Amino acid sequence: MKKFTIYLAGDGLPHMKKQDIFLIFIILVIAACAYCAHYYIAPPEGNYVEVKVDGVIEGTYSLSEDQEIVINGGTNVLKIEDGKAKMIEADCPDQLCVHQKEISAAHESIICLPNKVVVQTVTGNESGIDAMTN
Amino acid sequence: MKTKVGYYGIFLTLALILSYVESLLPIQIGIPGVKLGLANLVCVVALYKMRGKEVVILAIIRVLLAGFIFGNYFSIIYGLAGAILSVFVMIGLKKTEKFSVPGVSIAGGVSHNMGQLIVAVFVVQTYSVGYYFPVLLVAGLVTGLLIGICANEILKRITHINMKN
Repeated sequence: MKKFTIYLAGDGLPHMKKQDIFLIFIILVIAACAYCAHYYIAPPEGNYVEVKVDGVIEGTYSLSEDQEIVINGGTNVLKIEDGKAKMIEADCPDQLCVHQKEISAAHESIICLPNKVVVQTVTGNESGIDAMTN
Repeated sequence: MKTKVGYYGIFLTLALILSYVESLLPIQIGIPGVKLGLANLVCVVALYKMRGKEVVILAIIRVLLAGFIFGNYFSIIYGLAGAILSVFVMIGLKKTEKFSVPGVSIAGGVSHNMGQLIVAVFVVQTYSVGYYFPVLLVAGLVTGLLIGICANEILKRITHINMKN
């Protein structure tokens, strides 16, 4: 006959070692540094959205103009409204890019991994108006 | 030997069921791609009950099966990158014997996300996914801690299982 022991809840949190706390601390510091670095490097507002498919720039579009952009021959549709860009359609099963929030600040991006589509906001002087294909 | 095969099957089945449960949970916390990683619970428990080599095999088979059943080609690639990296990091940390279960699990959660981010950089061929780095670090930390606490409680209760020899 096997003996069963009944455990009660409320043993409390597991005993964390000093190294565990140190590990958590290090991860938080790295995350904070990465966030700050990104925040300070990025200018506050993006003027254009750059659409990349498989690493190749497909087009650059102004955020000040309301429009709908068909990307990659129809796999994704991007909508620009009130200076904000949002993915409104994607043919991939997970629909993660459609659920992602709209972007407006510089270096924000919407990414659709299955279709290899990257939509990123850029400031005008860095992308070059030459790149505009609209 | 007989029981070992049995436990192997149970661990794998549990991992698959947890993958399924997770695919049912519609947790939309506004951060795409961030999951609880319930199936990783099985990996963390297995880490303390099986030999390292077997945990690696368990993790790979789990990702492949879960990918074929609930996911697609992409979830297999991302899952494999994350799972393999996290298992190796966890085995390494556990060997040092300086970390408790939640600590090992946190490292696993974070490295799982890093593995996926690295694959994402290669797939979309841009570093713009890099802005996601801090988000994924903290997400991995939180989910890793939760999974670690659960795993710690489970391990307290299954002390009679040992498959190391």
